[in-house]
Amino acid sequence: MAFYRSHVLVSVDPECLAKGAHEVIDALNDELIAQGLLDEVQVLETSRIGDPYRLGPDMLVYPEKEHYANLSADDIPYLVEEHFLKGRVVEKFRAQEKAVSDEELGAPKPKEVRIVLRNCGKIDPHNIEDYIAEDGYQSLAKVISSMTPEQVIAEVSKSGLRGRGGAGFPAARKWQLCRQVPDNPKYLTCNADEGDPGAFMNRRVLESDPHSVVEGMIIAAYAIGASRGYIYCRAEYPIAVQNLKIAIAQAHEFGFLGDDIFGTGFSFDLEVRMGAGAFVCGEETALIASIEGKRGEPRPRPPFPAVKGVWGKPTNNNNVETYAVVPQIILKGAEWYASMGTEKSKGTKTFAIAGDVINTGLIEVPFGITLREVIFDVGGGIKDGKQFKAIQTGGPMGGCLTAEQLDLPLDYEALTAAGSMMGSGGLIIMDHETCMVDMARFFMEFTQDESCGKCTPCRVGTRRILEILEKICAGEGQPGDLETLEDLCYEVTRNSLCGLGQGAPNPVISMLKHFRAEYEAHIYEKKCPARVCKALIRYEIQAAACTGCTVCARNCPVEAINGERRQAHIIDVDKCIRCGICAQVCNFNAIQVLS
Amino acid sequence: MDNPTGIQQTQEICENKRAIIDQIIAENQNRPGAMMVVLNETQGKIGYISPAMQKYIAKKLRVPVGAVHGVVTFYSFFTTEPRGKHTMKFCMGTACYVGGIPQLMEKAKQITGTEIGKTTADGNLTMEICRCVGACSQAPVVTVDDEVIGHIKPNKFPALIKKLLES
Ligand SMILES: Cc1cc2nc3c(=O)[nH]c(=O)nc-3n(C[C@H](O)[C@H](O)[C@H](O)COP(=O)(O)O)c2cc1C
Ligand code: SF4
Ligand code: SF4
Ligand code: SF4
Ligand code: FES
Repeated sequence: MAFYRSHVLVSVDPECLAKGAHEVIDALNDELIAQGLLDEVQVLETSRIGDPYRLGPDMLVYPEKEHYANLSADDIPYLVEEHFLKGRVVEKFRAQEKAVSDEELGAPKPKEVRIVLRNCGKIDPHNIEDYIAEDGYQSLAKVISSMTPEQVIAEVSKSGLRGRGGAGFPAARKWQLCRQVPDNPKYLTCNADEGDPGAFMNRRVLESDPHSVVEGMIIAAYAIGASRGYIYCRAEYPIAVQNLKIAIAQAHEFGFLGDDIFGTGFSFDLEVRMGAGAFVCGEETALIASIEGKRGEPRPRPPFPAVKGVWGKPTNNNNVETYAVVPQIILKGAEWYASMGTEKSKGTKTFAIAGDVINTGLIEVPFGITLREVIFDVGGGIKDGKQFKAIQTGGPMGGCLTAEQLDLPLDYEALTAAGSMMGSGGLIIMDHETCMVDMARFFMEFTQDESCGKCTPCRVGTRRILEILEKICAGEGQPGDLETLEDLCYEVTRNSLCGLGQGAPNPVISMLKHFRAEYEAHIYEKKCPARVCKALIRYEIQAAACTGCTVCARNCPVEAINGERRQAHIIDVDKCIRCGICAQVCNFNAIQVLS
Repeated sequence: MDNPTGIQQTQEICENKRAIIDQIIAENQNRPGAMMVVLNETQGKIGYISPAMQKYIAKKLRVPVGAVHGVVTFYSFFTTEPRGKHTMKFCMGTACYVGGIPQLMEKAKQITGTEIGKTTADGNLTMEICRCVGACSQAPVVTVDDEVIGHIKPNKFPALIKKLLES
């Protein structure tokens, strides 16, 4: 009998088999033969090792008791080479302990102050008593029993709270406007359409702390004199819709919603309405049309919703986060809230950080913190030791800021002055491998696709801008294109009916302003300096680094890679569609991108 | 009768679909703005809203067919044809775009031999793109029948698709 120095147990429970455990075993045997290790390493089949749904296919390696998980046949050559030949543990395949923390949010990071997100992940969103135990509905009781509507508005006004949906209009002023209109009934709408790609602050609050939004809306309704409210939630958020419905039903049971709340004669009811996948419905007049059951097309303002909103009646519309902070302001006082932030931007703001930063996810920080602090302290810096290039604030209608602007404070006016905007809180951080022409094209593709088509400048203009950007990315840009782009951007911004068209050119304008040389490189040198634009790059295998493991060849969607096992492989540039898969799957970093 | 929308005159809707729609309408018809609610529920429960169903809903809600058709075509969530047994949606939000969704779409096309936006010939899988589903910290993300699956690695992805094609 042979003496084995290692035993490998591969789980072959049904789930692991369905996920390819047999292929893993075959690959393992092949590779052990090829490396001449068959006499040293024994491969055995076993029943489940870890949770097969989360970890399978997985294997246990003795005598080290190393647990490798989520394997596929493609991982095996690297694993064998590293673990069995070189005796090194392969960190990236090791089974992860079950994520104890919540990867979206987790524990507060340095410089965070959590007010809106304070309950998220801590209380059971399906249980109103959990919320009540965290001082929930105390503000409502206080407002209804001891404050007049005018006093509520005055308190919110003193706190300096501004709308969190993007434009930053003072909340109390909007409430006052609606209250004053001599027409009844009045309505409330809560904008939970969060369509800005890369932003999910509102989703988290709706899913994890729905009662804070419900309570905020009841208080606002009391202040404004509204009798009915609609929470308009995008269809992409089914859990948020469900949790809101549960919260509303429970608030009814406890007498916080319905007729004659707390016996005061004040009545208010709430309903959730679902969107159906149209970004423009985040614009308030479109949102109102959609609640009315129509096509979600914006209409000119004035009349503003405060005068003519849902069913032609006075309507106050605020963002999820705007409503969610109101109970905290009432509870802890306007001075407390106003003590945080800058002169004109008070309190805290939630942001969703995405892109090339170490800690992606949700954060909540006081206004006035600098972008540098957000990226490097809260966000932990740029991933993989790469270099910061730009940050997009305000989503697809916002703008980008560069390294020179990192010391800007997060403040509505400061960002606008710098040519970007606060927006709803999506922050996309880009490293130096991001192409600014491609990013502009990406945002434009989004806004062009979401343009409702009602007005010509936006419908036609966004299409033309996109076409030019696509041409430049394809290496077909011509002298004069940048000037045409600038003219088009100006026209679309000036002549569009709603914020979508007015803001759509922003990414292009700001990226062109800060990274003009990169655009010019695409047009005049037919090069993509960040090596992203497919038409301008090629992939090459570095023969010296290639071990001939064949993984790239098997993953290439068009069979453009050739080579014998254990021999350096070669990419056929004519066949290659530059999808980048090979570079991603090569465990030996042997594939380079060139422009 | 004139047919301003150009919708094909109806084939019949089958009995149990009609019963589902009848119930949805009974529950919601007194709600102001009922049409969106009815269409959302119909899409959710039946999976699509065919021209025949649009006509039926219009009749029951006493609105012109053109109005229903106008709303159905405006919103991308409403579809007029049945989907496959499973639907996989590729998130085209910023984080996922940067995080490698385009590569996964190439891979999916290769494995299924089907374009994104279409259903496989055996009717098992419909592939679509969608907007950010709000799980950006797990990019790249796909959803399979409403379940969000994040952190997808390109070499683990084929197994996921094959499982759907076979189930
Ligand atoms: C195209 C477009 C999309 C928008 N999307 C949203 C959104 O998803 N959520 C939001 O609160 N506001 C959105 N807004 C802004 C709203 O029109 C409105 O200003 C906001 O809901 C007001 O609430 P606030 O005062 O609390 O900020 C969008 C505006 C435009 C033009
Ligand atoms: S600007 Fe664009 S989205 Fe807004 S109304 Fe005009 S076409 Fe529609
Ligand atoms: S280039 Fe291909 S064959 Fe060479 S090591 Fe990388 S994946 Fe293996
Ligand atoms: S980039 Fe894509 S198409 Fe080109 S060789 Fe690599 S895997 Fe194949
Ligand atoms: S960008 Fe894909 S989940 Fe947000």
